[in-house]
Amino acid sequence: MLRKTRIAIALIMLSLITFYFIDFAGIAPHKLKLLTTIQLAPALLALNIGALIFLFLLTFLFGRVYCSAICPLGIWQDVLETFSKFFTKRKKYKYLKPKNYLRYSILIGVVIAFFAGFTFLLSLLEPYSIFGRIASSLFRPVYLYGNNQLAGILGHFNNYSLYVVGIVIRSVFSFVIASISLLIVSFLAYKYGRLYCNTICPVGSLLGLISKYSIFKIRIDENTCNSCGACAAKCKSSCIDSKEHQIDHSRCVGCFNCLPVCKKKAIKFTYAFASTSAKQENKPNDSRRMFLSITGAGLITVPLLKAQNAMASLSKNKPYKKQHPLSPPGSVSADNLLKHCTACHLCVSRCPSHVLKPAFTEYGLGGIMQPMMSFEKGFCNYDCTVCSNTCPNGAILPLTKEEKHLTQMGRVVFTMENCIVYNDETDCGACSEHCPTQAVKMVDYKDGLTIPSVNPDICVGCGGCEYVCPATPFKAINVEGNVVQLKAKPFKDEKNKDVKVDSFGF
Amino acid sequence: MDRRDFLRLAALTGLASTVTPSEAFDLLKQTGENEATKQAYDMVAVMGGEPEVMFRHAIKEMGGMGKFVKKGQKVCIKPNIGWDKVPELAGNTNPKLIGEIVKQCFDAGAKEVVVFDHTCDDWRKCYKNSGIEDAAKEAGAKVVPAHEESYYRAISLPNAKVLKTAKVHKALLDSDVWINVPILKNHGGAKMSISMKNMMGIVWDRGFFHENDLQQCIADICSLAKHPVLNVVDAYRVLKSNGPRGRSAADVALAKGLFISQDIVAVDTAAVKFFNQIAKMPIEQVTHIANASQLKLGNMNLDKMNIKRIKL
Repeated sequence: MLRKTRIAIALIMLSLITFYFIDFAGIAPHKLKLLTTIQLAPALLALNIGALIFLFLLTFLFGRVYCSAICPLGIWQDVLETFSKFFTKRKKYKYLKPKNYLRYSILIGVVIAFFAGFTFLLSLLEPYSIFGRIASSLFRPVYLYGNNQLAGILGHFNNYSLYVVGIVIRSVFSFVIASISLLIVSFLAYKYGRLYCNTICPVGSLLGLISKYSIFKIRIDENTCNSCGACAAKCKSSCIDSKEHQIDHSRCVGCFNCLPVCKKKAIKFTYAFASTSAKQENKPNDSRRMFLSITGAGLITVPLLKAQNAMASLSKNKPYKKQHPLSPPGSVSADNLLKHCTACHLCVSRCPSHVLKPAFTEYGLGGIMQPMMSFEKGFCNYDCTVCSNTCPNGAILPLTKEEKHLTQMGRVVFTMENCIVYNDETDCGACSEHCPTQAVKMVDYKDGLTIPSVNPDICVGCGGCEYVCPATPFKAINVEGNVVQLKAKPFKDEKNKDVKVDSFGF
Repeated sequence: MDRRDFLRLAALTGLASTVTPSEAFDLLKQTGENEATKQAYDMVAVMGGEPEVMFRHAIKEMGGMGKFVKKGQKVCIKPNIGWDKVPELAGNTNPKLIGEIVKQCFDAGAKEVVVFDHTCDDWRKCYKNSGIEDAAKEAGAKVVPAHEESYYRAISLPNAKVLKTAKVHKALLDSDVWINVPILKNHGGAKMSISMKNMMGIVWDRGFFHENDLQQCIADICSLAKHPVLNVVDAYRVLKSNGPRGRSAADVALAKGLFISQDIVAVDTAAVKFFNQIAKMPIEQVTHIANASQLKLGNMNLDKMNIKRIKL
């Protein structure tokens, strides 16, 4: 019963959270955000007291059920683990000693790195964000592809109830990281059950410190137990030592798979006094290799991408080089992102304008994969506040439409030498056309032509001008990021002379 | 042959079977010499009413919708839905006007009416917040997306000077007749955005226009063999400054005008002259109109035209 309830909750959780990430049509209700705010890392970084109390109580009462029913990456591993049983009949787990040295080193390392401004390590290992990136970079394109195929077929029959959506991979680096994470986590789950959760995952290690002392836990009744080992063979956490009648509660994820298999009914989920102590032992293992290979992959990809950038800059004309990246509206500053963002890419997924993109080293090494504004595929809609209202981490703070209108993410810079009007002496004005505040305004130039003139003080940094500027090879108008987001000056309306039109004029 | 080819073929065969010789003949008549000029007006200008009321008067004077839309035809309507703006801010064509035109098309016996625009802002927001999606759907039209290249098909423009080829939305190319329904707006780049500028929204690659002499490319796209059967200029609310997007209500003038003609050059000329009363805009500055006149796409000389003016 407990097991079935756990499975039901877990499946609902995984489906909803995945849908929240991959939905492009705005069908997913905003309320689903709740499922992301109760994830441990976002709750910690956003200092979401309510969620933290809930998670603490949940774990203190029932152990690490979080890992089986709330954490999407945990549930994903269970799906894989179940899947593996179709191929490996009579799959048996064995009790393994805890790799405490490794897992607590990782936990401590992640915490130290975070406070030293190297948030990237936390982003890389934190399970909710790993799942977010997998959903955003891998599941979403598959979902879009399916939609596009269906929309294409319906379109042939003149039915436009579905529409085609562009599939864009915004960051190759994040795509690679997501793919590697998916492969490693899935492989570990397929082969070794919850090895990732009990050796690498910093959230698992942290919750394990509480679950050791949880009030309800799984216990073996030494008097009725005949040490047959059936429960241990089912334990994907490999934390049941049936010979010693011991369970390592710091590793038990509360899946309850062990309960129904005991013929003697010797293993139970009951009220218990905190008593167990995990043996402190360490042993070299494969997961360290896995961890090193992730880091190694990163270390290889970094110079590769650097080289790509260097190639681009070999071109003759110099493009405008941004001094600072633009962080998403409401994120305050790159520094604030560094303190809160674990790169789950929920904002990147939900941004309807494709303006958010995972950064590479623009924010420095610590901010790799955190969201930044980039205007190759779109620009920030003036009235849109989706990203700021969707962030569970408190990295992008909520904005109202009115606040957004005065949030200056960057300032416009005009390079006349690249401008079509200056070079070809023909009308253009694409930049000004897109400018919501007329920080880019067309003014008289010569022979009836008009040329852009900029007023950075009223610019919000939406990037409409930069996105649409048709000048090649390099744009004539760019937005320079603000280190700390400023308040844009409100534009002044020209006095509205009430014009009365009485005749046609022709 | 893969599945996609098969489905495409099946769909096209179905489509082809619906085309009857008489309809095809009508199509030829419309793109050639206009028989309407012999009896009815070249242009009707209306002032002083609500958008849908002004349209009803105008179309009646033009000889009724049945003259332009025949029974069983597929009609495409192309409003300006470029921006994520509500109707009060005059960034997009008035939704009431679109609703009325859709309704009249069906009354005239249209089999299907489709509405689209290649928007500048996020298309879903534009379609929704402009009120056009709701108004058109309520009147029975199909509102189709236009935000992906796959919705467009390449065509050649043999009479154009610069824009020799363009990718045009299939909904328009596959229709029997189409109606151009712009809103009258100031425009930072093209000076004015009216019927001719509205045709930029039937094309996929707008960047090409800006990069290669905007004013000539606007004229060039109007040389599309399939001319609109009607150009209906919505001048109910006019964006007099900071166009084509506009910043606030201060940019909007309530002018309550509507102009309708088959001649795209004439109707834009008239609209500029009307606009010039609200904010200064000499016709010479709106060079795409003269460019189109040079391509013989219409008449800039309104004095020689038979224009009906109605004040409500």
